[in-house]
Amino acid sequence: MSALGRFLRNPAGLIGLVLLLLVLAAAVSASFFYPDDPLRLAGRPLQWPFANPRFPLGTDNTGRDIAAQLLHGARISLLIGVVATLLSLSIGVAVGAIAGYYGGWVDDALMRVAEMFQILPNFLLLLVLVAVFGSEIGTVTVAIGIVSWPATARLTRAEFLTLRQREFVEACRTLGMRDARIILGEILPNALPPVIVYAGVVMATAILLESALAFLNLSDPNVASWGNLIGAGRAVLRVQWYVSAIPGLAILLTVLAVSLVGQGLNDALNPRLKGTP
Amino acid sequence: MTSLLEIRDLDVRLPPGGDRAFALEGVSLALARGEILCVVGESGSGKSILAGTIMRLLPPGIGVAGGSLRLTGEDLLAMPEAGMRRIRGARIAMIFQEPMTALNPLRSIGDQIGEMFRIHTGLSGAEIEARALALLEEVRLPDPPAALKAFPHELSGGQRQRAMIAMALALEPEVIIADEPTTALDVTTQAQILALVRDLQRRRGTAVLFITHDFGVVAEIADRVAVMQHGRVVESGEAEAVLNRPEHPYTRALIAAVPPLHAALRAPMPADTPPALRIEDLSKTYRRSGWFGRKGRETRAVADVTLTLPRGGTLGIVGESGSGKSTLARCVMRLLQPEAGHVRLGETDLLALRPAEWRRETRRIQMVFQDPYASLNPRRRVGDLVAQGPVLHGVPRAEAMERARELFELVGLRADALERFPHEFSGGQRQRIGLARALALRPEVLVADEAVSALDVSVQAQVLRLLAELQQRLGLSLLFITHDLRVAAQICDRIAVMQGGHVVEEGTAQQVFGAPREDYTRALLASVPGRAWTPPETAEVA
Repeated sequence: MSALGRFLRNPAGLIGLVLLLLVLAAAVSASFFYPDDPLRLAGRPLQWPFANPRFPLGTDNTGRDIAAQLLHGARISLLIGVVATLLSLSIGVAVGAIAGYYGGWVDDALMRVAEMFQILPNFLLLLVLVAVFGSEIGTVTVAIGIVSWPATARLTRAEFLTLRQREFVEACRTLGMRDARIILGEILPNALPPVIVYAGVVMATAILLESALAFLNLSDPNVASWGNLIGAGRAVLRVQWYVSAIPGLAILLTVLAVSLVGQGLNDALNPRLKGTP
Repeated sequence: MTSLLEIRDLDVRLPPGGDRAFALEGVSLALARGEILCVVGESGSGKSILAGTIMRLLPPGIGVAGGSLRLTGEDLLAMPEAGMRRIRGARIAMIFQEPMTALNPLRSIGDQIGEMFRIHTGLSGAEIEARALALLEEVRLPDPPAALKAFPHELSGGQRQRAMIAMALALEPEVIIADEPTTALDVTTQAQILALVRDLQRRRGTAVLFITHDFGVVAEIADRVAVMQHGRVVESGEAEAVLNRPEHPYTRALIAAVPPLHAALRAPMPADTPPALRIEDLSKTYRRSGWFGRKGRETRAVADVTLTLPRGGTLGIVGESGSGKSTLARCVMRLLQPEAGHVRLGETDLLALRPAEWRRETRRIQMVFQDPYASLNPRRRVGDLVAQGPVLHGVPRAEAMERARELFELVGLRADALERFPHEFSGGQRQRIGLARALALRPEVLVADEAVSALDVSVQAQVLRLLAELQQRLGLSLLFITHDLRVAAQICDRIAVMQGGHVVEEGTAQQVFGAPREDYTRALLASVPGRAWTPPETAEVA
């Protein structure tokens, strides 16, 4: 059975895929349902959901439409998730591949650099980067990518360490193949499956990191992100809890979707790890 | 003789969707007290499943579908799990193939042997230790008190297997099942372990069910033989009869595939044959750097080796594991960087070349690897794998694919298999693909590192024949590395025997096998299992 076939037969992966498509649909349809700026003042503040047909999910404490922010926020969350993950993967895979393939002092040097990033908790490092470079949404995304590459690098390196000793790699060397081609063309395709699976974890973490920043009012205040909405709702948490709860639920579902898809990919790409049913 | 273990019409079902429905079909065997019954077969014949069925240690999804299994009349198949636990270890013990993985690395040998007594008896601690010590003496481990406290990694492979045997003997079981117990061992160690098993079996009268793929081992140890193929016993009988007068065609084919232990009659190489490859004073030392300037451990894997491979001939390098023969091959191919010496291919010193120059010269010397499963990139089509080399060296892609097609036919594979992936082929077919890949560059010299060691004996014979045939046709010179003296005798013109990184003896195959000069060579030859038995010439070739 093909990897795709296995993925589609996996209930967890399928649920994740459906949820992810829903989030994607929300992001795509945001401009259609709410063509105006989601951050404009739309009506009386703190209207409960379902109370006013104009605002199906109510308004927040400054009178902005929660539904509009929710749909537009899906864009931001997905954008941050995808871009930060790609960044983290490209740095991580490049560093891990070179360190794992060459070993020796190259490996030592690159892994010490990776450790410098890992010594600080991700979030603290992110706070430092945002404090230094500012909190525009682009900067925040890059910063998230930068704090999350070392784990990808370690995973790629571990794969390369075992694969480079395999005889098929030695065979390529005896055929007169260049290192770059061995790394990219021969080893990398064999090393990728676990990295792709891990990308799900990176993406979920990236979305959570941005929300956490926004909750501390350290993310870009000029975009409608879920984290910003939660942060705004903090002031009225005890009575109008829905202001924080609705975007919180959205984050929960998105992260769950990404994790489930990752899990499904894992089962589909590494069928032997699951054992015979 | 009364039967101790009686197996009758045993059927074992495999999970649906496999290549066959039954792992064992109608297997009937009887093991008498005090005899060694060898179960022989190639991979996939079901011989290990048989051992698992007797011990009720089958992987999930595999189950007994019919037949009976009796130990002194007691039905083992009907026995509850608690009853089986009392039988395992106490009445039927097992020796596994790989003692390093069968032993717990975190517990001492004495502790693990003692566990047998702690589980099955109520002996005191001091008594258990005394018994364990006596067992280690019985299996003739050097310095038993020290071995008692040793951890598995502190013992050599042969010593670990002795410890495993001590464990199996602990409770004086009636039956010992040995599943390929010497396959992972060197030939001299194997000879010692086989002698030990036979000796213990005679002294104690234990019955041994000995599973092996090696007819040499059968000739060495068996009282009776059962030959298995595709889950059925195709022939069984007295060892002497089966070995020398096999009746079933499959047994005959298997025995015909066993290379005899004397140099094959090959046309002698003229003395003035120009060399294809000269290895001069090659040395490679492995260093483990110590901490804080402390001197690390040094191993001289290859020490001042000088060898000549005559053009169009085969130079065999034989030796036990750790003798440096694979390191030598990897140094020749520049997969490892030796610290001294020259490798001259014609007039070119390969080791002195710059990386870019070496990449160009690779077309002249190619390698075939040991493991047919690891040596092909699983994500590339086999046609690409074979065409890859020529493409790298500037051959247009269409022409390279055409060459791959010709090579596939040359090595006996169908040309329409080019589009498939490696996992769709068997081990022997993959080794042919590896060979085609090496030949695609039309090299002058082929380095084969244990190229047939991972193959079943009948497939091995086919690949060896193919190699010899290609050598004739293409005028190849072959550097053939093997631990198997029978294989070396079959294919080599000259033989170099390596031990501890040094070449201890080098000469023509006739001379090395017929009149060895060195003690070590003689010891190696004396250790080959079944050396006294020459496979009957009358047997037809598969």
